[in-house]
Amino acid sequence: MSTILKPKPGMAVRGPRTEGPSAWMVVPALVFFLTFAVVPLLGVVFLSFTSWNGLGAISWAGLDSWQTALTDSVTLNALVVTAKIMVYSLVVQVPISLLLGVFTAGNQRYRALLAVLYFVPLLLSSAAVAIAFKALLDPNFGMGPGLGIPALAQNWLGNEDLVLFVVIFVIAWQFVPFHTLIYQGGVRQIPASFYEAAQIDGAGRVQQFIHITLPQLKYTIITSSTLMVLGSLAYFDLIFILTAGGPGYATRLLPLHMYLTGFRANDMGAASALGVILVVVGLVLALVLQRIGGKNRSASQLEGA
Amino acid sequence: MAIVTDAAPGAPAQSDERGQRKRLGRRTPNFLGGLGGWVWLALIILPIYYVVITSLKNQAGFFGSNPLAPPTEPTLANYRTVLEADFVRYFANSVIVTLGSVIPATAVSFMAAYAMVRGHGRIIASANTLFLMGLAIPLQATIIPIYFMITRANLYDTLLALILPSIAFAIPISVLILSNFLRDVPRELFESMRLDGCSEFTMMWRLALPLVRPAVVTIAIYNALHVWNGFLFPLILTQSPDKRVLPLSLWAFQDEFTVNIPAVLAAVVLSTLPLVVLYALARRQLVSGLTAGFNK
Repeated sequence: MSTILKPKPGMAVRGPRTEGPSAWMVVPALVFFLTFAVVPLLGVVFLSFTSWNGLGAISWAGLDSWQTALTDSVTLNALVVTAKIMVYSLVVQVPISLLLGVFTAGNQRYRALLAVLYFVPLLLSSAAVAIAFKALLDPNFGMGPGLGIPALAQNWLGNEDLVLFVVIFVIAWQFVPFHTLIYQGGVRQIPASFYEAAQIDGAGRVQQFIHITLPQLKYTIITSSTLMVLGSLAYFDLIFILTAGGPGYATRLLPLHMYLTGFRANDMGAASALGVILVVVGLVLALVLQRIGGKNRSASQLEGA
Repeated sequence: MAIVTDAAPGAPAQSDERGQRKRLGRRTPNFLGGLGGWVWLALIILPIYYVVITSLKNQAGFFGSNPLAPPTEPTLANYRTVLEADFVRYFANSVIVTLGSVIPATAVSFMAAYAMVRGHGRIIASANTLFLMGLAIPLQATIIPIYFMITRANLYDTLLALILPSIAFAIPISVLILSNFLRDVPRELFESMRLDGCSEFTMMWRLALPLVRPAVVTIAIYNALHVWNGFLFPLILTQSPDKRVLPLSLWAFQDEFTVNIPAVLAAVVLSTLPLVVLYALARRQLVSGLTAGFNK
């Protein structure tokens, strides 16, 4: 990477007949990104081999931080929780947002109105969503007693068996609208002639959905799933406020584990090691999903993200 | 990589979508679909309804009445409590950080996207690769080095500390979407301006910018949404109450007001209101830009 990055002095000098802007236009963005994204990315690797409490001096620690991070049983648990949230989120969000996307792509007036309202959760900050659901899920003053359904008056956030599903529901509540929007756009790009042909052949609504809509949405599904998977490596604020990783370690997923290790337990070295793991997991998943998307499609969907 | 430099094959599909859409719905009504749509609406609305009515209840009403019933004596006292708890300062901080991040981020991303679509060379190519990598990497993983850099630069607990990394984090997606749109500008337009002796900067400013203005607005709103709602950077990079931004203040209100849930929820409503207004004003632009931007 670093070899490509080094701006070689001879490079900017291109033949005068070359049409197009000079490279300086890209420099401001590049400088910001190098300073506050690339350098920190290299920094997190560096810091993972040090010992630092966040305030004092940084000292070289070899593999100590890695050992701390990897032998901590909470880390393994965090990886499992992250994987669960990732998989369950996909399983829940893909069908819902796909169906809602197809639904809102219709031209009926009421569907256009619903699409406007569906978007609203996207306007709320994760902090606001977490606080709202915390109140709503309260067994005494929330929706349980409100609707008069005792089954809904659970200790949702305090029950280790339930809390993960609550978190997945709240994540879906917040992010399905966004993916619905992506699917809606995808459906609207399918040529209407496909459906007309299918109708002439006597295909019903379900058949049209299975044989036209789904295959045509292949790349949209990959884009949206990639965003969901990478997104689940970034769910931090929502879970931090909703459950703080608890009860116990039931919802302590990797980014939260990293934050708590670094900024609460003041072990920046081990937290950096967790950060490196996070980066590697993200890159691997992105590459795998891009591969699934098909190599021949070089204008790949990842970029579509 | 090829992504940002290749001509997007799907690009022309966008313009005829409206004509196609017209025919999609012309069938017997889809009752099942309609039912699902209304059920999802109920799921979306219930929490929002709960937040709004609760924020209008007094303490006694909150503890005494049915949680989902509208307040018998609606009161704005909770909003006053929130406004008196320095809410205006947090609001101003959020405005400063959002504008301070979004304006530079959009400007530098637009220039970079322009250079990538129109130019060539190794700097441009490697910037392209880097930004694409930035899309795949969970940038949250870098909070510890960012904290380190900000403290060493003596920027800890300043609003600038929130602005600088926010700009950087907004760049990859902004460049991607903007270059997708810039690629649709016909080459001949640039060519004729060039023959007229215009500089690249003039072409960017006079030709490219007006043509992709909707995409620029979309990107600006999208980034504003992210920065306005951002929680992680404020959490790790600021400390004192006078540097608090809104999402962090919501979290702090929770501790401050403890059992006064209606007041906390009033703060939730107040912090979201500006975005609701923005959405009402620019919905079409945001939604059409996003659907097009993510489907290219």
